[in-house]
Amino acid sequence: MQYALLIYSKPGAAEALSPAEREANHREYLDIKKLPGVVGGASLHPVETATTVRVQDGQTLVTDGPFADTKEVFGGFYLIEADDLDQATEIAARIPAARIGGSVEIRPVVIDRG
Amino acid sequence: MLASLIGYFGDFDLAEEATAEAFAIAAQRWPGGGMPDNPGAWLVTTARHRAIDRLRRDRVLAARLPLLAPQPEEAVEVVTDPPIPDERLELVFMCCHPALAIEAQVALTLRAVAGLTTEEIARAFLVPAETMKRRLTRAKSKIKVAGIPFGVPVASQLPERLAAVLAVVYLIFNEGYSDAARANGLASDAIRLGRVLAALLPAEPEVLGLLALMLLHDARHEARFDGQDLVLLPDQDQSRWDWRQITEARDLLDLALLDPSLQARPTARGPYALQAAIASLQAETPLDWPQVAALYGELADRTGSDVVRLNRAVAIAEAGDPAAALAIVDGLDLPGYQYWHSTRAELLRRLGRTAEARAAYREALALARTAPERRFLERRIAET
Repeated sequence: MQYALLIYSKPGAAEALSPAEREANHREYLDIKKLPGVVGGASLHPVETATTVRVQDGQTLVTDGPFADTKEVFGGFYLIEADDLDQATEIAARIPAARIGGSVEIRPVVIDRG
Repeated sequence: MLASLIGYFGDFDLAEEATAEAFAIAAQRWPGGGMPDNPGAWLVTTARHRAIDRLRRDRVLAARLPLLAPQPEEAVEVVTDPPIPDERLELVFMCCHPALAIEAQVALTLRAVAGLTTEEIARAFLVPAETMKRRLTRAKSKIKVAGIPFGVPVASQLPERLAAVLAVVYLIFNEGYSDAARANGLASDAIRLGRVLAALLPAEPEVLGLLALMLLHDARHEARFDGQDLVLLPDQDQSRWDWRQITEARDLLDLALLDPSLQARPTARGPYALQAAIASLQAETPLDWPQVAALYGELADRTGSDVVRLNRAVAIAEAGDPAAALAIVDGLDLPGYQYWHSTRAELLRRLGRTAEARAAYREALALARTAPERRFLERRIAET
């Protein structure tokens, strides 16, 4: 089965870490990407760089950022292949954000049977 | 049988439908043609074939290809004695997976493991049948789409996952036990589930502990109510206790707490076995309060619960030291808990500090929810 591991971080949590800890976290993220079963993923720039698009009556509306005051911010994702939810959970639990105030949402990916 | 099919196909609905079909075929054929040598195996095989047929049809339809030739029915009879592994344990762990909401875990376990109908579960939990049906459908769909595994967790996860299973069974039991009339039947269902688990995991001390605990509580149910009023343990008519059940529980408890091979398990002397040991002592006359206090102490260390510490204090008071008990009670942080106030009040009364005792009874009264409890506390205030 394919799963997306959606990574939500607590704003400021990474900044509160020492440079050495941050470096170690970064390495962990890279290591996870190399795990067998991890088939893709991306790390996103901070939410301050985001732009939101809506289309109303054929008109494209562009605004700065998403709505603020969220407790957790979507920061990136992995795409993985796993046998079942338990295996996916094992990988999700290794993601640093999950243990420093954030969380990881596991979502099964829709398989397009075309 | 359902467990084996769900394990085989990883699909709850498909397994349920195929099982129903197999029973329907049996009902049609067995009366005329006689029962096969191994009816269980016959049913599983037939259900498997039905499910495979359906999967094949679905796949074929999806691919818009011509229908495959239907499988000849004779093929069913040829396979007579396939091994039917007992896969109920896998089923239990799937139904009690933490990725499912607790209400869903409870409903699925009652449906799939205990074999209750959706209507029976709905009635027991006082929700409309439609609601329960939706709850079960949503849970089954999550199992399938999210890939919740049908299997026994690896050793490193077993204690935690087993705790989740036991919590579901105990929740079902308490749902039944708190009902004075026991009309919903859930206490018996939970004990039945406990027996299944004990048969499947005979070397897990907490499984035996939970079964013993449920049996002990259940053994006293006839004596627990006087009409709608709760009868406290010391006032219960012991001749109305089910002593056979108490003996059975004590045998289980001996195994859980004393069998050397079980003591090596990481779950040895866990919360269920300790609570069962306390419940077992409570069925003895005279009551060994120092021993009860010691067990509550061990349980408090295991669970970190202030409510357990409060119970320990009660046992210490009953063992003859209300002053030490009051010191423990005053150190607990349970200001919203009625029994913290009423226990404090009782201890203050015994120590002759009547004004403080009355004030504490009033605090308890303000938090009391049921009429019998209010009546009891009002009487105490008047007497103190």
